[in-house]
Amino acid sequence: MAKIVTDVVCPFCGTLCDDLEVALSDDGEEILEVYNACAIGAAKFLHSQAKDRLTRPRMKQEDGSWKEVTYDEAADYTANLLVDAKKPLMYGWSSTNCTAQSTGSEIGEEVGACMDNTATVCHGSTLIAVQDVGVPSATLGEIANRADRVVFWGCNPAHAHPRHMSRYSIYPRGFFTGKGSKSRKMIVVDPRNTDTAKMADVHVQLEQGRDYELLSAIRVAIRGEKLPDVVAGIPKEQIYEIADTLKSGRFTAIFFGMGVTHSLGKNHNIDIAIMVTRDLNDYTKAAIVAMRGHYNVTGSGQVWGWEFGFPFCLDLTRGFARYNPGDSSSNDLLIRDEVDAVFVLGSDPGAHFPVGSVKKIAKLPSVCIDPHITPTSAVSKLHVPVAFVGVEVGGCAYRMDNVPIETRKVVEPPEGMLTDDEFLQLVLTRVRELKGAA
Amino acid sequence: MTDYLIKNGFVYDPILGINGDKVDVAIKDGKMADAGDVTNPTIIDATGMTVMAAGVDVHAHVAGPKVNTGRNFRPEDKLFNGTAGSGIKRMEGGFSVPTVFRTAYLYARMGFGFSMEAAMPPLYARHTHEEIRDTPIIDQGALPVFGNNWFVLEYLKENEIENTAAYIAWLLNQTKGYGIKCVNPGGTESWGWGLNCETVDDVVPYFDVTPRQIVSGLIEANEYLGLPHCMHVHGNGLGEPGNYEITLDTLKIAEGFKPQNDFGRDVVLHNTHLQFHCYGGESYSSKFFESKSKEVVDYINSVDNISYDLGVVTLDETTTMTADGPFEHHLSHMNNLKWANTDVELETGSGVVPFIYNPKTFIAGAQWAVGLECGLFIKDPMRAYITTDAPNAGPLCRYPRVYKWLMSAKARDDMLDNTLKYGDRIRERCYIGELDREISLYELAMMTRAGPAKTLGLGHMFGSLKPGLEGDVAVYPYNPETDTDDPEKIEYAFGNAAYLIKGGKLIVKEGEIVDMGNKRTFWVNATVNDNPMVERDISEKFRRYYTVTQNNYAVEGHHYVPNPYVIEVDATK
Repeated sequence: MAKIVTDVVCPFCGTLCDDLEVALSDDGEEILEVYNACAIGAAKFLHSQAKDRLTRPRMKQEDGSWKEVTYDEAADYTANLLVDAKKPLMYGWSSTNCTAQSTGSEIGEEVGACMDNTATVCHGSTLIAVQDVGVPSATLGEIANRADRVVFWGCNPAHAHPRHMSRYSIYPRGFFTGKGSKSRKMIVVDPRNTDTAKMADVHVQLEQGRDYELLSAIRVAIRGEKLPDVVAGIPKEQIYEIADTLKSGRFTAIFFGMGVTHSLGKNHNIDIAIMVTRDLNDYTKAAIVAMRGHYNVTGSGQVWGWEFGFPFCLDLTRGFARYNPGDSSSNDLLIRDEVDAVFVLGSDPGAHFPVGSVKKIAKLPSVCIDPHITPTSAVSKLHVPVAFVGVEVGGCAYRMDNVPIETRKVVEPPEGMLTDDEFLQLVLTRVRELKGAA
Repeated sequence: MTDYLIKNGFVYDPILGINGDKVDVAIKDGKMADAGDVTNPTIIDATGMTVMAAGVDVHAHVAGPKVNTGRNFRPEDKLFNGTAGSGIKRMEGGFSVPTVFRTAYLYARMGFGFSMEAAMPPLYARHTHEEIRDTPIIDQGALPVFGNNWFVLEYLKENEIENTAAYIAWLLNQTKGYGIKCVNPGGTESWGWGLNCETVDDVVPYFDVTPRQIVSGLIEANEYLGLPHCMHVHGNGLGEPGNYEITLDTLKIAEGFKPQNDFGRDVVLHNTHLQFHCYGGESYSSKFFESKSKEVVDYINSVDNISYDLGVVTLDETTTMTADGPFEHHLSHMNNLKWANTDVELETGSGVVPFIYNPKTFIAGAQWAVGLECGLFIKDPMRAYITTDAPNAGPLCRYPRVYKWLMSAKARDDMLDNTLKYGDRIRERCYIGELDREISLYELAMMTRAGPAKTLGLGHMFGSLKPGLEGDVAVYPYNPETDTDDPEKIEYAFGNAAYLIKGGKLIVKEGEIVDMGNKRTFWVNATVNDNPMVERDISEKFRRYYTVTQNNYAVEGHHYVPNPYVIEVDATK
């Protein structure tokens, strides 16, 4: 009879499902099955059980081979790397808990680092747009209970946030949406015929890179003003129809993703999507929510918000926090050779950054703190494997709608392994010793 | 633990009736003590200075999701005001919505020891507690919002007080909350559909209950439980010209209710930021707008069970934030600045909008006048507390400036004559020109420490120098005999405490922060009889309508509330 752990929080994407059930072996040491999770979430839990998993830090040797080191040696190397650097980059922070993020901030402040999270190549443009025009939003439960018009713009939850539609946006039978998907009209705006688009009542297949034009046209149509015959490849009749659909709902929810944040127009696309939402609030109720990627990228922005006042692209080198995306953003710093050491935790820039940036990481003194072997760990000088947050240690994470949820510890990490926060505490202590000695 | 003896200061303590006398103040083992009881204390020379118990803030927005939205979406609020960390201090930033470190250091420099976070959305309680945890020095609590909560709406529609109380007790325990906050009762739920409740008798869509029923029911539930703090209300129609009638309607709901508690609290309703609720006339123009502060405060003077705080407009560029979602939407249409909104499932909503109170406009000056009038008309200063509804009417750092205006008619006249463009119109449309009252230091001590402590049900810990209370003392570089010539000296002194002792620890020494103290999070654990119906309702709502499971709702764990101070309330009888 397997032991079942309930109410487990999934540490994969920003959907942050909290209804997983995990079956453990009788001794409670091994994960056998994961229920309720999507394929990606289940894989994350099961992957932590891999027999060939790295359990100790390892240092890259001259000949490219790896040598096992102790956590103390790894912390010493990391602390020296950060203290010796004039301007270290501390990147990532999205796949870890808020406690580790907070300890990381203390280290960053001590060493005068540039700190950035994965928003920099993801929803950073959204954060900038919010700074321009604000954001009328709602929690996902509010949408589940009320929304009868749901728009997915430049996002593909069927693959990227697999349980989003069933838990929050399309299928749930909420308080005022008792008929579930039948009570909702689903619009997908995407140049590709994605699996999400195939489910839609209306798929608006616009020309690639023309999101701004179409959003602008919708604003025009909402106001009942004149449109050219075709905008972004969409005939004006359909645009008027979309505007009418959005206006006529009781509650309209707009979700958007990478298709608009990092295509032509970037933050301006989000600006105008938010303005569409704002306009709709003059006729009905409307909310807009970013489909955040990593399960705690949102938390990273929150922690830095209350500690420094900015959600990403932090430059702490002058002793106080500065913020200037384009200048203090990771890729710009790397490409311009402005940083002289790289520290990565809870993210994989090796896989997500432009190859030019990754080459720079490979040349610099670098440390990667990550339970997995990743392209980033492959190019780093030191790789520190740690316990999986949400599997082997708990801690707070923020969902895409900023709702904080406490992740759960399901099993013990392999013997002798440290958590992110425990390792960071070692580094912080060592940094203070080194700074004190200086 | 070091004992302290503060000598030769001018001491103000309305609880002990000390009005500027030179009395020695002693702290022993972290508590206030008789001067004769300390042996070998560290002496603090307060010659020529003012000594009071540490300040108690009854209402400020300094931690939580709204506040952080304000920080993150306003990079401009940090422009040119970042300061590097030094010694034990972390780096600071932000003006109207400062980072948690600056918030703590500001409070310490202003001589405060306790602050009540004014609105905590229950679903976001973890966030609020994470910020509170990271705010050093000061003790804090947080008030969860109840005025638009579906459980409350459903129970109060049927006037089920016992069930409402059982739910409140459960939620306080789950969220580690302190008391009952009620923001725009019914209005924020209506905002879920883009609507609002504009009077106390407007019906909430679907739930079929009125703000009047909500306010009345929450007061009754509060007294049923006997919570330390009273029902804390931000009524309907905030900021609307002509809203004073709605305010009076709201206040009159408290008639007939008597405080039932073991904490020495005398009031059953606290009306927060009264300034925003005292407007007459039909529009913001100088032709129509008028102050109705006198009418409202006259009513409060005529009863004994209501307290309020001022919410004085400080004429700054600031950031407004409230659980009053429809109001922020309305505000964004007035100033066309950026607007953030978050509606929270089953519970509440909120909005954030930057706002510039421009002294060159009539209305900002009139709002400034109304706020001060609210402080100057009060007969019993133990029931009127000085706030700026930080940061809504003004940033936290402006408290000392508000003291200056309240304490000096000369400072007010200077504003009307020289700073405000429409000073004369403001004198005509408001009462400010008729008021020559100057709040004394003794009254200031009531309005900033003794009074708020009493209304929060913390009079047994804070607000006075009485032996046995917490060892929280502030010493300000203000000489009440010689510094009366220049009102600027008031503002300087109350923003630059020479000493702050908190819980017996020396936090500020000669104007410098030297210790991060022993920060505590206050919450109220109310015990009620088993209530299977409410338990069933809770599990049913979580199963069907919340997007988190019931088992993932409670704020638990050392990393949220590492140093709790739990006030136990037994409501089982």
